[in-house]
Amino acid sequence: MAANPSVAAPAPTYDVERVRRDFPILSTMVNGRPLVYLDSAASSQRPLAVLRAVEQYETHSHANVHRGVHALSQAATAAYEGARERVRRFINARSTREIIFVRGTTEGINLVAQAYGRERFRPGDEILISALEHHANIVPWQMLCAQTGCTLKVAPINRRGELELEEFMKLLGPRTRLVALAHVSNALGTVLPVKRLIEAAHAHGAVVLVDGAQAVPHSHVDVRALGADFYTFSGHKLYGPTGIGVLYGREELLAAMPPWQGGGDMILTVSFEKSTYNELPWKFEAGTPNMSGAVGLAAAMDYLESLGIEALAAHEQRLLQLATQELSEMPDLELIGTAAHKASVLSFTMKGVHPHDLGTVLDAEGVAVRTGHHCAMPVMTFFGVPATARASFGCYNTEADVASLVAALQKARAVFA
Amino acid sequence: MDLKDLYRDVILDHNRRPRNFGRIEGAARHAEGHNPLCGDHLTVSVTLDGERIEDVRFEGKGCAISTASASLMTEAVKGKERATVRALFDKVHSLLTRADAAPDASLGKLAALSGVREFPARVKCASLCWHTLNAALESGTAMITTE
Repeated sequence: MAANPSVAAPAPTYDVERVRRDFPILSTMVNGRPLVYLDSAASSQRPLAVLRAVEQYETHSHANVHRGVHALSQAATAAYEGARERVRRFINARSTREIIFVRGTTEGINLVAQAYGRERFRPGDEILISALEHHANIVPWQMLCAQTGCTLKVAPINRRGELELEEFMKLLGPRTRLVALAHVSNALGTVLPVKRLIEAAHAHGAVVLVDGAQAVPHSHVDVRALGADFYTFSGHKLYGPTGIGVLYGREELLAAMPPWQGGGDMILTVSFEKSTYNELPWKFEAGTPNMSGAVGLAAAMDYLESLGIEALAAHEQRLLQLATQELSEMPDLELIGTAAHKASVLSFTMKGVHPHDLGTVLDAEGVAVRTGHHCAMPVMTFFGVPATARASFGCYNTEADVASLVAALQKARAVFA
Repeated sequence: MDLKDLYRDVILDHNRRPRNFGRIEGAARHAEGHNPLCGDHLTVSVTLDGERIEDVRFEGKGCAISTASASLMTEAVKGKERATVRALFDKVHSLLTRADAAPDASLGKLAALSGVREFPARVKCASLCWHTLNAALESGTAMITTE
Protein backbone atom coordinates (compact mmCIF):
# COMPACT_ATOMS: atom_id res chain seq x y z
CA MET A 1 0.00 0.00 0.00
CA ALA A 2 1.32 3.44 -0.89
CA ALA A 3 2.64 5.41 2.06
CA ASN A 4 1.30 8.60 0.60
CA PRO A 5 -2.18 8.18 -0.87
CA SER A 6 -1.90 11.46 -2.82
CA VAL A 7 0.86 9.98 -4.98
CA ALA A 8 -0.73 8.51 -8.09
CA ALA A 9 -0.17 4.84 -8.73
CA PRO A 10 2.33 4.26 -11.54
CA ALA A 11 0.81 3.70 -14.97
CA PRO A 12 0.14 0.00 -15.51
CA THR A 13 3.13 -1.58 -17.12
CA TYR A 14 2.64 -2.72 -20.66
CA ASP A 15 5.58 -4.50 -22.20
CA VAL A 16 4.97 -4.02 -25.90
CA GLU A 17 8.23 -5.74 -26.89
CA ARG A 18 7.09 -8.86 -25.09
CA VAL A 19 3.71 -8.61 -26.82
CA ARG A 20 5.42 -8.29 -30.21
CA ARG A 21 7.26 -11.57 -29.64
CA ASP A 22 3.86 -13.26 -29.45
CA PHE A 23 3.08 -12.32 -33.07
CA PRO A 24 5.36 -14.19 -35.49
CA ILE A 25 4.07 -12.30 -38.53
CA LEU A 26 5.56 -9.07 -37.23
CA SER A 27 9.03 -10.28 -38.21
CA THR A 28 7.98 -10.33 -41.88
CA MET A 29 10.01 -8.16 -44.24
CA VAL A 30 7.95 -6.13 -46.73
CA ASN A 31 9.75 -4.74 -49.75
CA GLY A 32 13.02 -5.26 -47.94
CA ARG A 33 11.88 -3.41 -44.84
CA PRO A 34 10.52 -4.58 -41.50
CA LEU A 35 6.74 -4.67 -41.54
CA VAL A 36 5.01 -1.78 -39.79
CA TYR A 37 1.46 -3.08 -39.47
CA LEU A 38 -1.02 -0.24 -39.04
CA ASP A 39 -4.11 -1.97 -40.40
CA SER A 40 -5.50 -3.81 -37.39
CA ALA A 41 -8.89 -2.10 -37.81
CA ALA A 42 -9.24 -4.05 -41.06
CA SER A 43 -7.90 -7.29 -39.59
CA SER A 44 -5.60 -7.78 -36.65
CA GLN A 45 -2.77 -10.31 -36.54
CA ARG A 46 -2.93 -13.46 -34.42
CA PRO A 47 -0.72 -14.29 -31.47
CA LEU A 48 0.95 -17.69 -31.10
CA ALA A 49 -1.60 -18.56 -28.41
CA VAL A 50 -4.37 -18.40 -31.00
CA LEU A 51 -2.39 -20.20 -33.71
CA ARG A 52 -1.51 -22.98 -31.25
CA ALA A 53 -5.05 -23.34 -29.92
CA VAL A 54 -6.34 -23.80 -33.47
CA GLU A 55 -3.55 -26.27 -34.25
CA GLN A 56 -4.21 -28.16 -31.03
CA TYR A 57 -7.90 -28.45 -31.87
CA GLU A 58 -7.23 -29.56 -35.45
CA THR A 59 -4.53 -32.01 -34.38
CA HIS A 60 -6.21 -33.62 -31.40
CA SER A 61 -9.90 -32.78 -31.06
CA HIS A 62 -11.60 -32.42 -34.41
CA ALA A 63 -14.79 -34.22 -35.39
CA ASN A 64 -18.30 -32.96 -35.95
CA VAL A 65 -20.07 -31.42 -32.98
CA HIS A 66 -23.34 -32.43 -31.28
CA ARG A 67 -23.55 -35.54 -33.44
CA GLY A 68 -21.51 -38.44 -32.24
CA VAL A 69 -21.03 -40.57 -29.19
CA HIS A 70 -17.43 -41.20 -30.13
CA ALA A 71 -14.57 -39.62 -28.25
CA LEU A 72 -13.53 -37.04 -30.82
CA SER A 73 -17.04 -35.77 -31.39
CA GLN A 74 -17.36 -35.27 -27.67
CA ALA A 75 -13.99 -33.52 -27.54
CA ALA A 76 -14.98 -31.23 -30.39
CA THR A 77 -18.33 -30.46 -28.76
CA ALA A 78 -16.62 -29.70 -25.46
CA ALA A 79 -14.14 -27.38 -27.22
CA TYR A 80 -16.85 -25.58 -29.17
CA GLU A 81 -19.26 -25.17 -26.26
CA GLY A 82 -16.34 -24.25 -24.01
CA ALA A 83 -15.56 -21.43 -26.43
CA ARG A 84 -19.15 -20.25 -26.14
CA GLU A 85 -18.82 -20.05 -22.37
CA ARG A 86 -15.55 -18.13 -22.83
CA VAL A 87 -17.35 -15.59 -25.02
CA ARG A 88 -20.16 -15.29 -22.48
CA ARG A 89 -17.69 -14.35 -19.77
CA PHE A 90 -15.83 -11.95 -22.08
CA ILE A 91 -18.91 -9.80 -22.69
CA ASN A 92 -20.69 -10.65 -19.40
CA ALA A 93 -23.81 -12.12 -20.98
CA ARG A 94 -26.24 -13.82 -18.61
CA SER A 95 -26.31 -17.16 -20.39
CA THR A 96 -24.60 -19.11 -23.17
CA ARG A 97 -28.06 -19.32 -24.75
CA GLU A 98 -27.49 -15.68 -25.65
CA ILE A 99 -24.27 -16.35 -27.57
CA ILE A 100 -24.75 -17.23 -31.25
CA PHE A 101 -21.67 -18.05 -33.29
CA VAL A 102 -21.78 -16.41 -36.72
CA ARG A 103 -19.26 -15.80 -39.51
CA GLY A 104 -18.68 -12.25 -38.39
CA THR A 105 -20.33 -8.93 -37.62
CA THR A 106 -21.90 -8.73 -41.07
CA GLU A 107 -23.67 -12.03 -40.57
CA GLY A 108 -24.75 -11.03 -37.06
CA ILE A 109 -26.47 -7.91 -38.38
CA ASN A 110 -28.09 -9.75 -41.28
CA LEU A 111 -29.38 -12.39 -38.87
CA VAL A 112 -31.10 -9.77 -36.72
CA ALA A 113 -32.47 -7.89 -39.74
CA GLN A 114 -34.05 -11.04 -41.11
CA ALA A 115 -34.99 -13.02 -38.01
CA TYR A 116 -36.04 -10.08 -35.84
CA GLY A 117 -37.29 -7.53 -38.36
CA ARG A 118 -38.74 -9.36 -41.31
CA GLU A 119 -41.89 -10.72 -39.67
CA ARG A 120 -42.35 -7.83 -37.25
CA PHE A 121 -41.85 -4.64 -39.17
CA ARG A 122 -44.63 -2.94 -41.11
CA PRO A 123 -44.86 0.04 -43.45
CA GLY A 124 -44.48 3.18 -41.34
CA ASP A 125 -42.11 1.52 -38.87
CA GLU A 126 -38.70 3.15 -38.65
CA ILE A 127 -35.15 1.90 -38.27
CA LEU A 128 -32.66 4.48 -37.02
CA ILE A 129 -28.95 4.30 -37.79
CA SER A 130 -26.15 6.89 -37.68
CA ALA A 131 -24.29 8.55 -40.54
CA LEU A 132 -21.11 6.83 -39.29
CA GLU A 133 -22.11 3.30 -40.09
CA HIS A 134 -20.12 0.69 -42.00
CA HIS A 135 -21.93 -0.64 -45.08
CA ALA A 136 -22.67 -3.81 -43.07
CA ASN A 137 -24.86 -1.73 -40.77
CA ILE A 138 -26.62 0.07 -43.64
CA VAL A 139 -27.32 -2.40 -46.43
CA PRO A 140 -29.04 -5.17 -44.39
CA TRP A 141 -31.51 -2.53 -43.13
CA GLN A 142 -32.09 -1.20 -46.64
CA MET A 143 -32.86 -4.76 -47.73
CA LEU A 144 -35.24 -5.14 -44.79
CA CYS A 145 -36.95 -1.86 -45.72
CA ALA A 146 -37.45 -3.14 -49.26
CA GLN A 147 -38.94 -6.37 -47.86
CA THR A 148 -41.24 -4.87 -45.23
CA GLY A 149 -41.94 -1.30 -46.32
CA CYS A 150 -40.38 0.17 -43.20
CA THR A 151 -38.26 3.32 -43.40
CA LEU A 152 -34.56 3.91 -42.72
CA LYS A 153 -33.68 7.10 -40.82
CA VAL A 154 -30.14 8.40 -40.46
CA ALA A 155 -28.92 10.52 -37.54
CA PRO A 156 -26.33 13.06 -38.74
CA ILE A 157 -22.74 13.65 -37.62
CA ASN A 158 -20.77 16.89 -37.21
CA ARG A 159 -17.48 17.93 -38.86
CA ARG A 160 -15.49 16.27 -36.08
CA GLY A 161 -17.15 12.99 -36.91
CA GLU A 162 -19.31 12.88 -33.77
CA LEU A 163 -22.94 11.88 -33.71
CA GLU A 164 -25.28 14.90 -33.38
CA LEU A 165 -26.95 13.81 -30.15
CA GLU A 166 -29.82 16.29 -30.30
CA GLU A 167 -30.68 15.27 -33.84
CA PHE A 168 -30.46 11.62 -32.85
CA MET A 169 -32.89 12.20 -29.97
CA LYS A 170 -35.28 14.06 -32.27
CA LEU A 171 -35.34 11.17 -34.71
CA LEU A 172 -36.42 8.74 -31.99
CA GLY A 173 -40.16 8.42 -31.86
CA PRO A 174 -43.09 6.08 -31.44
CA ARG A 175 -42.44 4.61 -34.89
CA THR A 176 -38.83 3.75 -34.12
CA ARG A 177 -38.72 -0.04 -33.87
CA LEU A 178 -34.99 -0.64 -34.00
CA VAL A 179 -31.83 1.42 -33.58
CA ALA A 180 -28.59 0.08 -35.09
CA LEU A 181 -25.35 1.82 -34.15
CA ALA A 182 -21.63 1.31 -34.35
CA HIS A 183 -19.99 1.30 -30.94
CA VAL A 184 -16.84 2.65 -32.62
CA SER A 185 -16.70 4.05 -36.17
CA ASN A 186 -14.39 1.97 -38.36
CA ALA A 187 -13.56 4.84 -40.71
CA LEU A 188 -12.98 7.60 -38.14
CA GLY A 189 -12.46 5.93 -34.77
CA THR A 190 -15.26 7.90 -33.09
CA VAL A 191 -16.56 6.20 -29.94
CA LEU A 192 -20.31 6.58 -29.65
CA PRO A 193 -21.91 7.03 -26.23
CA VAL A 194 -23.91 3.85 -26.78
CA LYS A 195 -25.09 3.41 -23.18
CA ARG A 196 -26.87 6.79 -23.31
CA LEU A 197 -28.19 6.14 -26.79
CA ILE A 198 -29.54 2.74 -25.78
CA GLU A 199 -31.32 4.25 -22.78
CA ALA A 200 -32.91 6.89 -25.02
CA ALA A 201 -33.99 4.27 -27.58
CA HIS A 202 -35.45 2.06 -24.87
CA ALA A 203 -37.45 5.00 -23.55
CA HIS A 204 -39.18 4.98 -26.95
CA GLY A 205 -39.67 1.22 -26.92
CA ALA A 206 -37.09 0.50 -29.64
CA VAL A 207 -34.65 -2.39 -29.50
CA VAL A 208 -30.98 -1.64 -30.10
CA LEU A 209 -28.33 -3.50 -32.06
CA VAL A 210 -24.73 -2.44 -31.50
CA ASP A 211 -22.06 -3.16 -34.11
CA GLY A 212 -19.13 -3.76 -31.80
CA ALA A 213 -16.58 -4.89 -34.39
CA GLN A 214 -14.25 -1.95 -33.68
CA ALA A 215 -15.00 -1.69 -29.96
CA VAL A 216 -14.20 -5.11 -28.51
CA PRO A 217 -10.49 -4.97 -29.48
CA HIS A 218 -10.02 -1.69 -27.55
CA SER A 219 -12.21 -1.78 -24.47
CA HIS A 220 -13.94 -3.98 -21.97
CA VAL A 221 -17.49 -4.51 -23.25
CA ASP A 222 -20.18 -5.55 -20.78
CA VAL A 223 -23.37 -6.10 -22.76
CA ARG A 224 -25.55 -6.06 -19.65
CA ALA A 225 -24.04 -2.82 -18.31
CA LEU A 226 -24.60 -1.26 -21.75
CA GLY A 227 -28.15 -2.57 -21.89
CA ALA A 228 -27.72 -3.71 -25.50
CA ASP A 229 -30.45 -5.91 -26.95
CA PHE A 230 -28.12 -7.22 -29.64
CA TYR A 231 -24.34 -6.84 -29.77
CA THR A 232 -22.24 -8.31 -32.56
CA PHE A 233 -18.53 -8.49 -33.38
CA SER A 234 -15.92 -10.37 -35.43
CA GLY A 235 -13.11 -12.64 -34.29
CA HIS A 236 -10.53 -11.43 -36.77
CA LYS A 237 -10.49 -7.85 -35.47
CA LEU A 238 -9.97 -9.24 -31.96
CA TYR A 239 -6.69 -11.09 -32.72
CA GLY A 240 -8.70 -14.24 -33.49
CA PRO A 241 -9.39 -16.14 -36.72
CA THR A 242 -11.50 -15.02 -39.69
CA GLY A 243 -14.86 -16.63 -40.37
CA ILE A 244 -15.96 -16.56 -36.75
CA GLY A 245 -17.91 -13.90 -34.93
CA VAL A 246 -20.49 -13.49 -32.23
CA LEU A 247 -24.04 -12.29 -32.05
CA TYR A 248 -25.21 -11.63 -28.52
CA GLY A 249 -28.96 -11.23 -28.11
CA ARG A 250 -31.10 -10.96 -25.01
CA GLU A 251 -32.62 -14.38 -24.45
CA GLU A 252 -36.26 -13.27 -24.50
CA LEU A 253 -35.72 -11.60 -27.89
CA LEU A 254 -33.87 -14.55 -29.41
CA ALA A 255 -36.42 -17.01 -28.05
CA ALA A 256 -39.23 -15.17 -29.82
CA MET A 257 -37.41 -15.00 -33.15
CA PRO A 258 -37.90 -17.58 -35.89
CA PRO A 259 -34.80 -19.43 -37.12
CA TRP A 260 -32.81 -17.66 -39.82
CA GLN A 261 -31.37 -20.54 -41.79
CA GLY A 262 -32.65 -24.09 -41.85
CA GLY A 263 -30.55 -27.23 -41.77
CA GLY A 264 -28.78 -29.64 -39.50
CA ASP A 265 -28.10 -28.84 -35.84
CA MET A 266 -30.87 -26.23 -35.66
CA ILE A 267 -33.66 -28.81 -35.45
CA LEU A 268 -35.00 -31.23 -32.83
CA THR A 269 -37.12 -33.37 -35.14
CA VAL A 270 -37.70 -33.38 -38.87
CA SER A 271 -40.45 -35.03 -40.85
CA PHE A 272 -41.77 -34.12 -44.26
CA GLU A 273 -44.85 -32.61 -42.63
CA LYS A 274 -43.20 -30.52 -39.95
CA SER A 275 -39.92 -29.88 -38.22
CA THR A 276 -39.38 -28.61 -34.71
CA TYR A 277 -36.54 -26.31 -33.90
CA ASN A 278 -33.72 -26.69 -31.49
CA GLU A 279 -33.29 -24.54 -28.40
CA LEU A 280 -31.11 -21.51 -28.10
CA PRO A 281 -28.44 -20.92 -29.15
CA TRP A 282 -28.37 -23.78 -31.67
CA LYS A 283 -31.64 -22.66 -33.28
CA PHE A 284 -29.57 -20.01 -35.06
CA GLU A 285 -26.63 -22.24 -35.98
CA ALA A 286 -27.71 -24.32 -38.96
CA GLY A 287 -25.07 -26.61 -40.41
CA THR A 288 -21.66 -27.59 -39.10
CA PRO A 289 -20.22 -24.52 -37.41
CA ASN A 290 -16.70 -23.12 -37.45
CA MET A 291 -15.35 -25.04 -34.48
CA SER A 292 -11.65 -24.24 -34.91
CA GLY A 293 -12.61 -20.60 -35.36
CA ALA A 294 -14.53 -20.61 -32.10
CA VAL A 295 -11.60 -22.25 -30.32
CA GLY A 296 -9.25 -19.63 -31.78
CA LEU A 297 -11.55 -16.82 -30.73
CA ALA A 298 -11.70 -18.14 -27.17
CA ALA A 299 -7.89 -18.26 -27.12
CA ALA A 300 -7.79 -14.67 -28.39
CA MET A 301 -10.03 -13.61 -25.51
CA ASP A 302 -7.76 -15.40 -23.02
CA TYR A 303 -4.80 -13.65 -24.61
CA LEU A 304 -6.36 -10.18 -24.48
CA GLU A 305 -7.32 -10.61 -20.84
CA SER A 306 -3.80 -11.79 -20.05
CA LEU A 307 -2.49 -8.48 -21.44
CA GLY A 308 -5.06 -6.57 -19.44
CA ILE A 309 -7.61 -4.74 -21.55
CA GLU A 310 -7.25 -1.55 -19.49
CA ALA A 311 -3.47 -1.53 -19.92
CA LEU A 312 -3.83 -2.28 -23.62
CA ALA A 313 -6.35 0.52 -24.06
CA ALA A 314 -4.05 2.97 -22.27
CA HIS A 315 -1.16 1.91 -24.53
CA GLU A 316 -3.23 2.41 -27.68
CA GLN A 317 -4.45 5.80 -26.48
CA ARG A 318 -0.85 6.91 -25.94
CA LEU A 319 -0.04 5.92 -29.53
CA LEU A 320 -3.16 7.65 -30.80
CA GLN A 321 -2.24 10.87 -29.01
CA LEU A 322 1.34 10.74 -30.26
CA ALA A 323 0.30 10.03 -33.86
CA THR A 324 -2.44 12.68 -33.76
CA GLN A 325 0.08 15.25 -32.57
CA GLU A 326 2.72 14.26 -35.13
CA LEU A 327 0.31 14.20 -38.06
CA SER A 328 -1.33 17.48 -37.00
CA GLU A 329 2.06 19.14 -37.34
CA MET A 330 2.58 17.96 -40.93
CA PRO A 331 1.70 20.58 -43.52
CA ASP A 332 -0.86 19.54 -46.14
CA LEU A 333 -2.12 16.72 -43.97
CA GLU A 334 -5.72 16.76 -42.85
CA LEU A 335 -7.08 14.48 -40.15
CA ILE A 336 -10.57 13.23 -40.97
CA GLY A 337 -12.42 12.47 -37.76
CA THR A 338 -11.33 14.45 -34.73
CA ALA A 339 -13.92 13.37 -32.19
CA ALA A 340 -13.20 14.06 -28.53
CA HIS A 341 -13.52 10.36 -27.74
CA LYS A 342 -11.77 8.06 -30.20
CA ALA A 343 -10.37 4.58 -30.50
CA SER A 344 -6.85 4.22 -31.94
CA VAL A 345 -7.80 4.91 -35.56
CA LEU A 346 -6.46 7.84 -37.59
CA SER A 347 -7.99 8.67 -40.95
CA PHE A 348 -6.29 11.35 -43.03
CA THR A 349 -5.71 12.82 -46.45
CA MET A 350 -2.63 14.56 -47.87
CA LYS A 351 -3.22 17.54 -50.10
CA GLY A 352 -2.33 16.78 -53.71
CA VAL A 353 -1.73 13.07 -53.06
CA HIS A 354 -4.50 10.57 -53.65
CA PRO A 355 -4.88 8.07 -50.78
CA HIS A 356 -4.19 5.22 -53.21
CA ASP A 357 -0.80 6.75 -54.08
CA LEU A 358 -0.12 7.32 -50.40
CA GLY A 359 -0.87 3.64 -49.76
CA THR A 360 1.61 2.54 -52.43
CA VAL A 361 4.40 4.83 -51.22
CA LEU A 362 3.85 3.75 -47.61
CA ASP A 363 3.85 0.09 -48.66
CA ALA A 364 7.20 0.56 -50.39
CA GLU A 365 8.46 1.71 -46.96
CA GLY A 366 6.98 -1.39 -45.31
CA VAL A 367 4.13 0.56 -43.72
CA ALA A 368 0.73 -1.12 -44.14
CA VAL A 369 -2.26 1.23 -43.91
CA ARG A 370 -5.74 0.92 -45.31
CA THR A 371 -6.64 3.23 -48.17
CA GLY A 372 -10.06 3.62 -49.72
CA HIS A 373 -13.58 4.28 -48.53
CA HIS A 374 -13.39 1.79 -45.62
CA CYS A 375 -16.82 0.37 -46.52
CA ALA A 376 -18.26 3.67 -45.32
CA MET A 377 -18.98 5.57 -48.53
CA PRO A 378 -21.54 7.90 -46.88
CA VAL A 379 -18.86 9.00 -44.39
CA MET A 380 -16.50 9.80 -47.28
CA THR A 381 -19.26 11.73 -49.04
CA PHE A 382 -19.96 13.73 -45.88
CA PHE A 383 -16.33 14.84 -45.67
CA GLY A 384 -16.15 15.45 -49.42
CA VAL A 385 -13.32 13.00 -50.06
CA PRO A 386 -13.34 9.93 -52.34
CA ALA A 387 -11.19 8.02 -49.89
CA THR A 388 -8.80 8.41 -46.98
CA ALA A 389 -5.72 6.67 -45.71
CA ARG A 390 -6.27 5.07 -42.32
CA ALA A 391 -3.68 4.04 -39.77
CA SER A 392 -4.96 1.94 -36.89
CA PHE A 393 -3.02 0.84 -33.82
CA GLY A 394 -3.28 -2.48 -32.04
CA CYS A 395 -1.71 -4.19 -29.07
CA TYR A 396 1.64 -4.73 -30.84
CA ASN A 397 2.24 -1.22 -32.21
CA THR A 398 4.97 1.01 -30.86
CA GLU A 399 6.10 4.61 -30.84
CA ALA A 400 8.66 3.53 -33.43
CA ASP A 401 5.75 2.52 -35.69
CA VAL A 402 4.37 6.05 -35.39
CA ALA A 403 7.81 7.41 -36.35
CA SER A 404 7.92 5.06 -39.36
CA LEU A 405 4.50 6.30 -40.46
CA VAL A 406 5.60 9.92 -40.21
CA ALA A 407 8.82 9.22 -42.13
CA ALA A 408 6.91 7.36 -44.87
CA LEU A 409 4.44 10.25 -45.16
CA GLN A 410 7.36 12.63 -45.57
CA LYS A 411 8.66 10.35 -48.33
CA ALA A 412 5.27 10.53 -50.06
CA ARG A 413 5.31 14.30 -49.76
CA ALA A 414 8.72 14.33 -51.46
CA VAL A 415 7.67 11.99 -54.30
CA PHE A 416 4.70 14.20 -55.19
CA ALA A 417 6.28 17.58 -54.38
CA MET B 1 10.15 -2.83 -56.29
CA ASP B 2 11.22 0.73 -56.88
CA LEU B 3 8.79 3.61 -56.56
CA LYS B 4 10.71 5.47 -59.26
CA ASP B 5 9.58 2.80 -61.75
CA LEU B 6 5.98 3.59 -60.92
CA TYR B 7 6.07 7.33 -60.39
CA ARG B 8 8.25 8.34 -63.36
CA ASP B 9 8.66 12.00 -64.16
CA VAL B 10 6.24 11.74 -67.11
CA ILE B 11 3.57 10.28 -64.81
CA LEU B 12 4.11 12.88 -62.11
CA ASP B 13 3.99 15.65 -64.70
CA HIS B 14 0.73 14.43 -66.25
CA ASN B 15 -0.75 13.98 -62.79
CA ARG B 16 0.16 17.54 -61.83
CA ARG B 17 -0.94 19.06 -65.15
CA PRO B 18 -3.40 16.69 -66.83
CA ARG B 19 -3.81 17.33 -70.58
CA ASN B 20 -7.20 17.44 -72.30
CA PHE B 21 -8.91 17.71 -68.96
CA GLY B 22 -12.60 18.56 -69.11
CA ARG B 23 -15.70 17.60 -71.00
CA ILE B 24 -16.64 18.14 -74.63
CA GLU B 25 -20.04 19.76 -74.40
CA GLY B 26 -22.58 17.98 -76.52
CA ALA B 27 -20.26 15.11 -77.47
CA ALA B 28 -22.34 12.21 -78.74
CA ARG B 29 -19.95 9.70 -77.28
CA HIS B 30 -19.02 9.58 -73.65
CA ALA B 31 -18.65 6.97 -70.96
CA GLU B 32 -18.12 6.87 -67.22
CA GLY B 33 -15.55 4.67 -65.59
CA HIS B 34 -15.59 3.73 -61.94
CA ASN B 35 -13.18 1.84 -59.73
CA PRO B 36 -15.15 0.98 -56.59
CA LEU B 37 -12.03 -0.24 -54.81
CA CYS B 38 -10.48 3.21 -54.54
CA GLY B 39 -13.33 5.51 -55.50
CA ASP B 40 -11.73 6.60 -58.77
CA HIS B 41 -14.25 8.02 -61.15
CA LEU B 42 -13.73 9.46 -64.61
CA THR B 43 -15.67 10.49 -67.67
CA VAL B 44 -14.28 10.28 -71.21
CA SER B 45 -15.95 12.20 -74.01
CA VAL B 46 -15.09 11.80 -77.68
CA THR B 47 -16.03 13.42 -80.97
CA LEU B 48 -15.40 11.54 -84.22
CA ASP B 49 -14.75 12.76 -87.72
CA GLY B 50 -15.67 9.65 -89.66
CA GLU B 51 -13.39 6.96 -88.24
CA ARG B 52 -10.93 9.45 -86.82
CA ILE B 53 -10.95 10.67 -83.22
CA GLU B 54 -11.34 14.39 -83.67
CA ASP B 55 -11.27 15.38 -80.01
CA VAL B 56 -11.11 13.55 -76.70
CA ARG B 57 -11.19 14.80 -73.13
CA PHE B 58 -11.47 13.31 -69.68
CA GLU B 59 -12.44 14.54 -66.27
CA GLY B 60 -12.79 13.03 -62.87
CA LYS B 61 -11.00 12.33 -59.64
CA GLY B 62 -8.41 9.67 -59.27
CA CYS B 63 -4.96 8.71 -58.11
CA ALA B 64 -1.77 9.78 -59.88
CA ILE B 65 -1.65 6.63 -61.99
CA SER B 66 -5.26 6.93 -63.07
CA THR B 67 -5.00 10.64 -63.86
CA ALA B 68 -1.68 10.39 -65.69
CA SER B 69 -2.77 7.36 -67.66
CA ALA B 70 -5.94 9.14 -68.83
CA SER B 71 -3.98 12.26 -69.71
CA LEU B 72 -1.37 10.28 -71.67
CA MET B 73 -4.14 8.34 -73.39
CA THR B 74 -5.90 11.46 -74.65
CA GLU B 75 -2.64 12.74 -76.13
CA ALA B 76 -1.92 9.38 -77.74
CA VAL B 77 -5.30 8.83 -79.40
CA LYS B 78 -6.29 12.30 -80.54
CA GLY B 79 -6.35 12.44 -84.34
CA LYS B 80 -5.92 8.65 -84.67
CA GLU B 81 -8.17 6.26 -86.59
CA ARG B 82 -10.35 4.01 -84.43
CA ALA B 83 -8.59 0.88 -85.71
CA THR B 84 -5.25 2.33 -84.64
CA VAL B 85 -6.67 3.13 -81.20
CA ARG B 86 -7.90 -0.44 -80.81
CA ALA B 87 -4.43 -1.75 -81.61
CA LEU B 88 -2.92 0.71 -79.15
CA PHE B 89 -5.39 -0.43 -76.46
CA ASP B 90 -4.12 -4.00 -76.88
CA LYS B 91 -0.51 -2.90 -76.64
CA VAL B 92 -1.18 -0.88 -73.49
CA HIS B 93 -3.01 -3.83 -71.98
CA SER B 94 0.00 -6.08 -72.62
CA LEU B 95 2.32 -3.44 -71.27
CA LEU B 96 0.34 -3.29 -68.02
CA THR B 97 -0.12 -6.98 -67.46
CA ARG B 98 2.60 -9.01 -69.19
CA ALA B 99 6.02 -9.22 -67.64
CA ASP B 100 7.55 -10.19 -71.01
CA ALA B 101 5.97 -7.37 -73.03
CA ALA B 102 8.69 -5.91 -75.23
CA PRO B 103 8.80 -2.14 -75.45
CA ASP B 104 7.01 -1.03 -78.60
CA ALA B 105 8.13 2.15 -80.31
CA SER B 106 4.54 2.97 -81.29
CA LEU B 107 3.67 3.41 -77.59
CA GLY B 108 5.64 6.64 -77.34
CA LYS B 109 5.16 8.32 -73.96
CA LEU B 110 2.72 5.59 -72.93
CA ALA B 111 5.78 3.40 -72.28
CA ALA B 112 6.12 5.35 -69.02
CA LEU B 113 3.35 3.13 -67.69
CA SER B 114 5.50 -0.01 -67.92
CA GLY B 115 6.40 0.23 -64.21
CA VAL B 116 2.77 -0.27 -63.20
CA ARG B 117 2.91 -4.03 -63.80
CA GLU B 118 5.28 -4.39 -60.84
CA PHE B 119 2.41 -3.09 -58.67
CA PRO B 120 -0.50 -5.48 -59.36
CA ALA B 121 -2.86 -3.55 -57.07
CA ARG B 122 -2.45 -0.53 -59.34
CA VAL B 123 -3.00 -2.04 -62.80
CA LYS B 124 -6.70 -1.23 -62.72
CA CYS B 125 -5.90 2.41 -61.99
CA ALA B 126 -3.98 2.64 -65.26
CA SER B 127 -6.40 0.62 -67.38
CA LEU B 128 -9.65 2.26 -66.25
CA CYS B 129 -9.42 5.15 -68.74
CA TRP B 130 -8.75 2.80 -71.65
CA HIS B 131 -11.77 0.64 -70.84
CA THR B 132 -13.82 3.79 -70.52
CA LEU B 133 -12.62 5.15 -73.87
CA ASN B 134 -13.38 1.79 -75.43
CA ALA B 135 -16.89 1.86 -74.00
CA ALA B 136 -17.42 5.40 -75.33
CA LEU B 137 -16.26 4.34 -78.81
CA GLU B 138 -18.16 1.06 -78.92
CA SER B 139 -21.51 1.93 -77.47
CA GLY B 140 -21.91 5.66 -77.54
CA THR B 141 -22.66 6.09 -73.85
CA ALA B 142 -21.97 3.67 -71.09
CA MET B 143 -21.01 3.18 -67.49
CA ILE B 144 -18.20 0.76 -66.87
CA THR B 145 -16.49 -0.46 -63.75
CA THR B 146 -13.25 -2.23 -62.95
CA GLU B 147 -15.06 -4.81 -60.82
